[in-house]
Amino acid sequence: MKISLAQLETKIWEIRRYIILMTTAAGSGHPGGSLSAADIVTTLYFRVLNIDPKRPDDPERDRFVLSKGHAAPLLYAVLAERGFFPVQELMTLRKLGSRLQGHPDMRKLPGVEMSTGSLGQGLSAANGMALAAKLDGKQYRVYVLLGDGETQEGQIWEAAMAAAHYKLDNVTAFLDYNGLQIDGPVDEVMSLGRVADKWRSFGWHVIEINGHDVNAILGAVEEAHQVKDKPTMVIARTVKGKGVSFMENQVDWHGTAPKGEKATQALIELKAPR
Amino acid sequence: MTEKIATRDAYGRALAALGKECPDVVVLDADLSKSTKTIDFKKNYPERFFDFGVAEQNMIGTAAGLAASGKIPFCSSFAVFATGRVYDQIRQSVAYPGLNVKICASHAGVTVGEDGSSHQSIEDIALMRVLPNMTVFVPADAVETAGAVRAAVRIQGPVYVRLGRSAVPVLHGEDFIFEPGEAVLLRKGGDATIIAAGIMVSAALEAAGVLAGQGIETRVLNMHTIKPIDVRAIIRAARETGAVVTAEEHSIIGGLGSAVAEVLGENHPAPLRRVGIRDVFGESGKPEELLEKYGLTPGKLVAAVHEVLQRKKSV
Repeated sequence: MKISLAQLETKIWEIRRYIILMTTAAGSGHPGGSLSAADIVTTLYFRVLNIDPKRPDDPERDRFVLSKGHAAPLLYAVLAERGFFPVQELMTLRKLGSRLQGHPDMRKLPGVEMSTGSLGQGLSAANGMALAAKLDGKQYRVYVLLGDGETQEGQIWEAAMAAAHYKLDNVTAFLDYNGLQIDGPVDEVMSLGRVADKWRSFGWHVIEINGHDVNAILGAVEEAHQVKDKPTMVIARTVKGKGVSFMENQVDWHGTAPKGEKATQALIELKAPR
Repeated sequence: MTEKIATRDAYGRALAALGKECPDVVVLDADLSKSTKTIDFKKNYPERFFDFGVAEQNMIGTAAGLAASGKIPFCSSFAVFATGRVYDQIRQSVAYPGLNVKICASHAGVTVGEDGSSHQSIEDIALMRVLPNMTVFVPADAVETAGAVRAAVRIQGPVYVRLGRSAVPVLHGEDFIFEPGEAVLLRKGGDATIIAAGIMVSAALEAAGVLAGQGIETRVLNMHTIKPIDVRAIIRAARETGAVVTAEEHSIIGGLGSAVAEVLGENHPAPLRRVGIRDVFGESGKPEELLEKYGLTPGKLVAAVHEVLQRKKSV
């Protein structure tokens, strides 16, 4: 299922509205980093990934790993819209008995490829899926979304080294580089330094894009397909809280759900593409 | 004299044999393949062997991804690195999603010897046992190791297998069948029971021999599966012998002794003495010197049996 670019733009804003509706209903969750990565994840699911919601276990399917598991509201909204489970279920987020856990649980919800939440672990898992594809001669590709703060974890760099060592050209990683983490700006908390140079020196093909530009996202995916013997890192510059004026670039919205008037205002702002 | 084989050597052989039978088995190591003996598999199936260098966290995380895509990954390192170093990776990426990852760790316990405490895992059973979905095997000899490895493949889900560095006596014949979760009755007895695991099983048998000479008939149970533990065998031992000693090359906190105490406490309280490492770290030395120093000897088991028998009389 591939929707048109115009439909995709509409879909992305719909996903952003769901993120607000879900976190508001839950009374908690992580809207900031969900909104920043909405364009990337929605584009992957509606234009890139070879998946069938009716066969979530198809061995040939492409995989997407949400390494920054706290962006679960985003993943859930996209999976529901893509048909993996009923959209109505989105409002059960974080509630007792729900399949929509605070962070993704692959055993509970179809479409979730890896249980994540403890940061820094998703790239290793993605590498494992990619290695399995190589072993079996399968053509599927593995996509993984990393948070910027998350790449402060040492395991990310262990995995970065291994992906290059094993020439995992079927891995495409996206860095949701919104520049903010819980304690403040990434540059103040623990600077990532020259990010692109770091990944390049680890043996990756690096592409830098505006993470809110759908064409740039699609272009990066296309470019990554052409790269042989190297994994690709797409460094996507994004805005935390993207789409809601009072949430944009505000670190306080990392892990706080909007309530009452704030939620209403956010939904009004997200009604139409800007 | 009984033949002696280290369980890590038996693991290496079992794994290499599995390579032929199970094309989905892949083996991961973190720069220790010569010591963990995964090198046997590597030689025969290089395309299914992956070295991760000195990066255990990524090894476990990658294993999770391989398992999520239908492979049966066996991960090996020293027990201290294969559990404590990667506890969160095992918890989050393996045990929580119940992925089919097998962690087979060598060099467990103080019999690592001269390398000292940094390399002597005395808490790995505790760390693995506390995780939901995890199965924990502590094979006592080469035959059990081969059985545990095969059982691990049959089990759909995470399995921890604890292996040792030093050669230990072969206790079983080739006809032995490893049944997960079932204690093995190695010696009958009605006066007291020693429940042992791993290298302490042969020490328990030796102790029982000494005790028999003193007119005390000691039952010896080999608890090769710490989780799920054989609750019925433990209760039966308490009911029928009324006194229990546990023996393990591990901290008495969280390991076999704790597991047995939990079962007894909830079901059939009985005098119990846990023989193991008593809440201290190890040190450098020869394996046999360390076993002596930390009281992991047949002699200490004999004394422990006498102690529980005293308490049994006063109950």
